[in-house]
Amino acid sequence: MNTSPSESADLRPRRQILDRLFRWSTLAAGALILVILALIAWTITGKSLPVFRSEGFGFFTERRWAPAKEVYGALSFMFGTAVTALIAVVISVPVSLGIALFTTQVAPTWMKKWLVSLTDLVAVVPSVVFGLWGIIFLAPKLVGFYRMIGGWFEGWPILGDVFGKVGAGRTFMTAGLILSIMITPIITSISREVIETCPQTDRDGALALGATRWEMITGAVLPHSMSGIVGAVMLGLGRAMGETIAVALVIGSSPTITANLFSSGDSLPSVIAFQWGEATSEIKRSALIAMGLTLFILTILVNLTATGVVNRATRRVQGAA
Amino acid sequence: MAVAAVQLPRTESLAADLSGISGRRRTKNRVMTALMALAVIVVGGALVLVLITVIAKGVSIVTGSFPAWFTKDIQLAPRRPGPGMKAAVIGTCLITGMATLIAVPLGIAGAVYLNEYGGTRPFAQVLRFLANVMAGVPSIVMGLFIYVFWVVPRGVDGLNGLSGALALACLMLPIVVRSSEEMLRLVPQNLRDASYALGGSTSRTTLRVVLPKASPGIISGCLLAVARAAGETAPLIFTIGAAKATNWNIFGGTNTSLSMQIYGNAKESFVTAQERAWGAALTLIALAFLFTLCARLLSARLGRTR
Repeated sequence: MNTSPSESADLRPRRQILDRLFRWSTLAAGALILVILALIAWTITGKSLPVFRSEGFGFFTERRWAPAKEVYGALSFMFGTAVTALIAVVISVPVSLGIALFTTQVAPTWMKKWLVSLTDLVAVVPSVVFGLWGIIFLAPKLVGFYRMIGGWFEGWPILGDVFGKVGAGRTFMTAGLILSIMITPIITSISREVIETCPQTDRDGALALGATRWEMITGAVLPHSMSGIVGAVMLGLGRAMGETIAVALVIGSSPTITANLFSSGDSLPSVIAFQWGEATSEIKRSALIAMGLTLFILTILVNLTATGVVNRATRRVQGAA
Repeated sequence: MAVAAVQLPRTESLAADLSGISGRRRTKNRVMTALMALAVIVVGGALVLVLITVIAKGVSIVTGSFPAWFTKDIQLAPRRPGPGMKAAVIGTCLITGMATLIAVPLGIAGAVYLNEYGGTRPFAQVLRFLANVMAGVPSIVMGLFIYVFWVVPRGVDGLNGLSGALALACLMLPIVVRSSEEMLRLVPQNLRDASYALGGSTSRTTLRVVLPKASPGIISGCLLAVARAAGETAPLIFTIGAAKATNWNIFGGTNTSLSMQIYGNAKESFVTAQERAWGAALTLIALAFLFTLCARLLSARLGRTR
């Protein structure tokens, strides 16, 4: 497919040299991706070393973050990243799947185009705008709502802790809610593509056996698309973990480890952005960069798994078709 | 894609006839369909709510001081009302423009390698995989990378528009590579064969036949990457410093952007600062939507010509 024919008539030596030059420059551009990724890993690790030298592995297990006392622990930020990303995924997955299924299985043809545009538009809104909307418009309105939910579960064994005391509107929950809107486009669009590869014959077969549309979806469409959907969810999780500005504005910026979702907290990317300006000492900058390194490794692990799952899913589907 | 080519009768006509199906199953079907529609309404509602809030709060500040918003620099004291956002508009355009100049040619060249030369070779497969990995790297990590790699060696002078553009370019590169390769793959092989038959070399075939054929799709993919980069804040925090006056020089002196102004002003408790943030948000969204609209129109044209 991509072999250049050797009997090419552009045989003049100058032309041949240009042809080879073109080939090598495109190769160099492609290889740039590899170079940049290697440089990211190399330079960020290098700048993280000072804090690892002073804190050792304790950087990951220490829950206190007290730059004034030279104590640097990332645990509470890792906790916040995990909690907000999980809230986002738990809320976003049913919604995204609902949109993807509605678009592919229910909506008439003319409506599909508009539904695809809707999710694309959500992806276009810059994250800082979601953050602005979250901090000024949404967070103050949520306080009453949180109090109400907290009131319902007060005194309950586990739920009473999870939906506990409400401080301000800027909480893990608010950050998770904002993130759930932001990752919906990516989960929706990938699930939609996977669902669309479900063979029409499978769906017609289910309907011909007398299944309702919902039974057709659970019996034919979802089993076929499951691994692709899992990959889509993991990509959404990776996006949620790395999202910075929106979270920095609505999470409350106070490093906490608590079961209470209505408490203020902090996350890895948020603390880097928030404290960068006041980080003047070499060691504090190093600590913030080390959190960037942690985030880099975590997101790469999540994305590698996701890409693997999606690739395997598409290969299986193409093999079957 | 392959499935869509086979035109089978729409399933809706089959699914619509539910007579003879037990009431519980029918109810379940209806409830689940309603829930799916609800998901669409919830997300559509959230999007509309965000947009309406931004427009409602932003329009008055942008139009209230209409020419001044785009012609005056930013108020130095956050608590005082001040009309201008010129420095940020110029900054966003310059930095995003520079990032586009860096990332788009490199990204398209990389895509050409992957599709025209690399094919299924192991190295190309590895690069394709790494492009996916790089697309998932959080934008804040790109900012830290450029800070450590580019800004630190240059000291205080390192904080300028170019550093910000480099960080945004790192963010755009994998997006451009992936979308451009998709578009190159859609170019029919017989066009290449025809060019080879006329004696064209691979480079000529690529430049004269393949790229022009794929260009509407490539451009629309690039515009989406530009729209995404224009709204980014995190990579700029470490790289462009903080300026309030217009700086046309991208290679020297600190700069600012609309996204940085929204972030900075949203953190303030003064109403005047928050108003400024809403105005900047409206301006930024308008810019981003403009790019997306261009991308849409171009891909619509692509659809018609094919």
